[in-house]
Amino acid sequence: MKVTDKDVAYVADLANLELTEQERAGMLRDLNSILDYVERLNELDTSEVPPMAQVSDRYGVDESKQGGERFAYASREDVLEGLRKSLPHDEALANAPDADEDFFRVPKVIER
Amino acid sequence: MDLTSLTIEAARAAVQERETTAFALAEAHYARIKQEDGQIGAFLTLSKDRALEQADRIDRMAAEGKPLPPLGGVPVGIKDVMSTRGVRTTAGSKILENYVPPYDCTAVARLEAAGAVVLGKMNCDEFAMGSSNENSAYRPVRNPRDLSRVPGGSSGGSAAAVAAGMAVVTLGSDTGGSIRQPASFCGVVGLMPTYGRVSRYGLIAFASSLDHIGPLAKTVRDAAIVLRTIAGRDPMDSTSADIPVPDYVVELDKPVRGMKLGVAKEYFGEGLDHEVHQAVESAIDKLRTLGCEIVPVSLPHTPYAIPTYYLIATAEASANLARFDGVRYSHRARGVKTLSEMYRRSRDEGFGAEVKRRIMLGTYALSAGYYDAYYLKAQKVRTLLTRDFDEAFRKVDAIVTPTSPTAAFRLGEKSNDPLAMYLADIYTVTADLAGIPGISIPCGETKEKLPIGLQILGKHFDETTILRLAHAYEQG
Repeated sequence: MKVTDKDVAYVADLANLELTEQERAGMLRDLNSILDYVERLNELDTSEVPPMAQVSDRYGVDESKQGGERFAYASREDVLEGLRKSLPHDEALANAPDADEDFFRVPKVIER
Repeated sequence: MDLTSLTIEAARAAVQERETTAFALAEAHYARIKQEDGQIGAFLTLSKDRALEQADRIDRMAAEGKPLPPLGGVPVGIKDVMSTRGVRTTAGSKILENYVPPYDCTAVARLEAAGAVVLGKMNCDEFAMGSSNENSAYRPVRNPRDLSRVPGGSSGGSAAAVAAGMAVVTLGSDTGGSIRQPASFCGVVGLMPTYGRVSRYGLIAFASSLDHIGPLAKTVRDAAIVLRTIAGRDPMDSTSADIPVPDYVVELDKPVRGMKLGVAKEYFGEGLDHEVHQAVESAIDKLRTLGCEIVPVSLPHTPYAIPTYYLIATAEASANLARFDGVRYSHRARGVKTLSEMYRRSRDEGFGAEVKRRIMLGTYALSAGYYDAYYLKAQKVRTLLTRDFDEAFRKVDAIVTPTSPTAAFRLGEKSNDPLAMYLADIYTVTADLAGIPGISIPCGETKEKLPIGLQILGKHFDETTILRLAHAYEQG
């Protein structure tokens, strides 16, 4: 068993999940079973292999350049309102579970 | 004329020639939805006002004798992970049960600008996480070909609607096989374009380096028409490539004679159903008789694709889904006293079991002490999987494989075993990881009359070749 009850509690905490007792037990079982399965990646020697985070730096870029300059096509002039106007205030608040006319409203953040 | 069995070009022509109207086409599809969808469950939300307004616009154009745009009057469905202004968008999750986006996904906007009539939003696995559509928080989708079976996932509603004549075409999304696998299970065409070919702006993110939008359609030609419409650079998505979009439709009829097709033994091993194997072998024979040369290739890292995928996809998902906090949108738990309690309880109540499992796995893989062993390791193997394809495509123009190891399975058959479910994507995830395009087309049926899918994989930004091969196979 790689993952313990304590790990499940720790990771749930990082992920902002509470999880019921039953969910925690299921998670313990499933995470261990999945991590056992992914263990097979260690059969491969990757010491000389670079990691790949995305595919888009391979195509349509200026391959003679390095870093951000490869993506020159994606940059644009800085304009006042950007590519589209910001949402009107009321539209931005329309989906909020709780808001007043100006702000999103949340429970107290600072405990006294 | 059966208005619910038309292709894009036939539907558009019928409206243009005034043999029918866009309004009548939309109404015929809504009637079919009313009749069929109670038992199938492909739609989550109908956008009737928006559809009929657009239909009216197209009908006025036709009445004035103006040439209609390429999808003028064509009824379409949109997977519910794509934002639609003013139309509820849930991603198949309870956490977004009441979410009404203030803007449109670029792919949807481009379809509508080309005259398409958006009928509604398609059911899917929650946040596109699943291979059977049983992870929808609302209801599972059933396969129109056999109601005891799943339609595949996660774009199960998108595939089922096309198969049942409830939409001419639909948009789906593919992160590990979610367009191609349901297309295969439902007997329709499903195309995943190259990563960066279609803008992801407005697509609710699952795994940003793997998410693709693409069409599910009755024919290869329809898929080509939709791709031509939605492809191309979008300044709102910095990963959308600045590469010209060919006319996929014009290219369809060019010859396939002399093309080299790779067949990789790694896609025909243990776990492949006998009937699926036979059907795919016959399809390969048919492509040979059409003049293609069959060349053995090797993709040696294929057995490592599923573990690589489930580490990378869940890691990205755990970051993407952090935004659902019950503040700006999404479900908020009642009766909570502190901010922290609000986050936890809202997410606990809003997310389903599979989504929580993936958030947990992804968070674990990214956490201090495990990052190198899991996430970084998977990213390195992703490089190896991509090199496999680079190597193979030096020798061949495309690679043919089964889309899925089996035909559609029964509801409940795999829902208690996450690993068994993940393996349903064994032939599709590699293309997502490498960013190459793939298409699934019907290639026969099992003895139980369940559709079987043939997958054709192509080089980066070479959708032209896989569409041409798929079209030649379909017509041959």
